[in-house]
Amino acid sequence: MTVQAAPPPRRKSRRPSTAALYEVAVPLIATALFFLIWEGLCRTFHAPAYLLPAPSAIWTDTMAIGPTVFGHTMATLKTVILGFVVSIAISLPLSIALTASPAVAAALYPFLVWTQSIPKVALAPILVVVLGSNELPRVVITVLVAFFPLVISMATGMLSVPPELVELSRACRASKWDELWRIRLPYAIPFIFAGLKVAISLAVVGAVVAEFVNADAGLGFLIQTSTAFFKVPVAFGALIILSIMGVVLFQIVVIAERVLFPWSSSNTAPTP
Amino acid sequence: MIGLNRVTRVFNSRDGDQVTALEDVSLTIERDEFIALVGPSGCGKSTLLRIVAGLILPTAGTATIGGQPIREPRPETGIVFQAPTLLPWASVMDNVLFPLRMMHRIDSTSADKAAALVKLVGLAGFERRSPRELSGGMQQRVAICRALVHDPDILLMDEPFGALDALTREEMTLELLRIWSERPKTVLFVTHSITEAVVLADRVVVMSARPGRVAEIIDIESDRPRSFHVEGNAAFHDASRRIRALIFGQRHDGPGRAAA
Repeated sequence: MTVQAAPPPRRKSRRPSTAALYEVAVPLIATALFFLIWEGLCRTFHAPAYLLPAPSAIWTDTMAIGPTVFGHTMATLKTVILGFVVSIAISLPLSIALTASPAVAAALYPFLVWTQSIPKVALAPILVVVLGSNELPRVVITVLVAFFPLVISMATGMLSVPPELVELSRACRASKWDELWRIRLPYAIPFIFAGLKVAISLAVVGAVVAEFVNADAGLGFLIQTSTAFFKVPVAFGALIILSIMGVVLFQIVVIAERVLFPWSSSNTAPTP
Repeated sequence: MIGLNRVTRVFNSRDGDQVTALEDVSLTIERDEFIALVGPSGCGKSTLLRIVAGLILPTAGTATIGGQPIREPRPETGIVFQAPTLLPWASVMDNVLFPLRMMHRIDSTSADKAAALVKLVGLAGFERRSPRELSGGMQQRVAICRALVHDPDILLMDEPFGALDALTREEMTLELLRIWSERPKTVLFVTHSITEAVVLADRVVVMSARPGRVAEIIDIESDRPRSFHVEGNAAFHDASRRIRALIFGQRHDGPGRAAA
């Protein structure tokens, strides 16, 4: 009674066009409506530009110093990316160490929690004194803000491996390295990407916090200087650019996961 | 082939107590013999399996394979667990090849061997599929291939069909008989199902719980090839009744009498 089932044809994963409509069109229309209402309110009530500038005023004032704003944007982007990359570089070995043995975990956790309990805004000026007025303290602040959820999600992911697979690995007399590389890390991928999504958003926050304290460039710096001179529309412009930067970077992480690890569970809806 | 001589295993529980999972278990298993281990929960069936697999060492007594003491996992054993636990990112083929990869024993013949196994379990054509696309029974077939890919002499199965529905379970039981007749192995098969044990095994080892001991070893004298038709046989009936009496009798009379 053998069942030599012929494989059924693969189902084409064709997205219905309504899904694309909801994913792209509806958010765009909602955003456009939001700005339209904002513009309309400002014009109706003649809100002063130093309190609530109209979107049109934000656009003209920001574009008037376009090249300068672009320079500030690139400065912030550099800090965010550097901080994000360093966060990954620190979190990966740290999470491997945390999951390697309970003793190591017990030794490291207090330090990790301690780095999180320090208010980063309070730490920033001290770091500037210690590390000098350059990119370094900004990256350090960004890392301190961004790395913690990454470490936790990576460690959780590596501990999510079914115990049977660990037994199978032992039964094959595989090395710890093979177990890490071929079982634990791939299993952690969905968790790692969940952490990366949080980390990239926090990296933007960290970079701006660092720029408030110590910078001669960057969107955080631009917001501080422009509000000091009541150039509120420019500050709003910087704010909008920051939020766009956050969304775009987040989406890059989402797309990277879909392209590199299509099997990752956070991508795929369960197949019926 | 496999020798267990007065094997005892004690675990230290978290609150400091000592739990005896296995006590004084002796068992000799011949080459290519099919042994089923049945018993209530907590009778140490899985512990016994893991001792043979070399994943757990006995606290006292000796466990041997081919006369050699088992001190670590040995290449002549393959394991199937209750859950298929396939790698979700790897294709059926890569899942089957996975143990060879972990052992660094991949060579030019590996792919052919794996393909032959996939065909043997009736999954030809599914080699490039991902585990997600397979049903529970199909996934467990892949897990059986994975256990057989390094051509072990001994196949250890820990309630391999326990997570499947009743119909798939019967189908897989017959599949296993067919696979076993085509690729004879020494099989140690842990199960909760008395029917499954009697249909499959040459000998059924009935165990009692707390501490886990061998209550009785029952020979199943039924001709092979078998199917579920043997359920009607008198020999099958007697064996089933005897096993049932041993397992449920212990519950009423306490473990002492049955274990003696």
